[in-house]
Amino acid sequence: MTGPARLPASARAILEGDRRALARAISEAEDDRPGAAAVARALYARTGKVPIVGITGPLGVGKSSLINLLVNRLRELDRTVGIIAVDPSSPYTGGSVLGDRIRFERSATDAGVFFRSMASRGEAGGVAAATREAARLMEAAGFDVILVETVGSGQVDVAIRNIATSSVVVLVPHLGDEVQTLKAGLFEIADVFCVNKADLPGADLARRDLRELVGLGARAGGWSAPVVATSTQPPSGIEELWNAVDAHEQFLDKTGQREVDERRRLSVEIVERVRGEVGRALSQRLEHDPELKGLLDRVVARSIDPRTAADRLARPVARGR
Amino acid sequence: MPLHEKDAPIRVLIAKPGLDGHDRGAKVVARALRDAGMEVIYAGLRQTPEEIVRAALEEDVDLIGLSILSGAHMALFPKVLQLLKREHAGDIPVFAGGIIPDEDARRLRKAGIRAIFGPGSSLEEIVSTARKLARTAQ
Repeated sequence: MTGPARLPASARAILEGDRRALARAISEAEDDRPGAAAVARALYARTGKVPIVGITGPLGVGKSSLINLLVNRLRELDRTVGIIAVDPSSPYTGGSVLGDRIRFERSATDAGVFFRSMASRGEAGGVAAATREAARLMEAAGFDVILVETVGSGQVDVAIRNIATSSVVVLVPHLGDEVQTLKAGLFEIADVFCVNKADLPGADLARRDLRELVGLGARAGGWSAPVVATSTQPPSGIEELWNAVDAHEQFLDKTGQREVDERRRLSVEIVERVRGEVGRALSQRLEHDPELKGLLDRVVARSIDPRTAADRLARPVARGR
Repeated sequence: MPLHEKDAPIRVLIAKPGLDGHDRGAKVVARALRDAGMEVIYAGLRQTPEEIVRAALEEDVDLIGLSILSGAHMALFPKVLQLLKREHAGDIPVFAGGIIPDEDARRLRKAGIRAIFGPGSSLEEIVSTARKLARTAQ
């Protein structure tokens, strides 16, 4: 029933390792083109088994350089790697300069690596709407580990936790009191902390601060995030960084936390999709459907308030009918 | 206008083959294309033709822009075109910018470089040509 012969041609090409088919499928997912749903449907059952490692942290902490070195490490371990590097889109023009490839120094002939830049396209939270599907496509294409580099993140850009199986929060020395403010938000999603640029003065202090904060409480299932010091020039600590991620992945399997996390992530994904689709349809109808236009008119005229109007529209969904 | 109501953005790779380190022009063009609403994958300096073609395939770009000031364009541009063909991606249009003598430009156009911009080209001209090339290729 689900044999390769029944799959759409593009899905079959992806499974067979056709790199251009993979690249095109990612674009289709990004553009939300009609073909994307069929491919996603055909490949979904084959996914959900590989580590998806989020690399997040503020602008300029060295995420791209770290990823470059992590890829080298993973290739030494004979594991193939798909990389998705997200950069922001301009809210004004929709345009974007995606520059994470500059730091990427793999041999042009290594088929064990696939690097894809992705614009956030108006999505808040540090990733793009298509990042999750792109990761699945890469897994279907046979990549053993998926690395996702987020947009340079602020405190609340924690959407990566709805995609990644392990999240690495990268910081540098002398974020100082900012580390304290990170306690809520970004700080909470870390499965591994990485203090990069550890050759700079203040690195020991940053590590100690983080260790103290981590010591304040373990997260779900009893995992307590290790703090790893790294440097990219010259490289050091990269092995330790990967080992820490790997330890978290093993923890997920041993404790059954992987299923718990995955269930939560998928629930979020469904809700996000519905929100997106319903939201788009509703925006259209508020402009064009006479009945809904009338409702909007009444809100504009201050005869009912926005909350009441929203309740009226949302009630059928919220009630489960 | 919300993003989803627009056409999908054009994806364009901007790369500098060869060994010169002058990337000001490439950066200015990248910025202009971004401001025109395109997604610009900026691959940076000293890219080999192999790296450029690989990036173009992985990034699924609609268009490739090459910038060169080293004088090695007659070796490197045809190599990029040849590798694209070998990867069955000869349909991706390639344009170029840099210091390229008229006679070379004629030969490169014949070889398949779709547009060539010398010093003094206006950004408007580059953007509108890029848009036209990308849209006719899609």
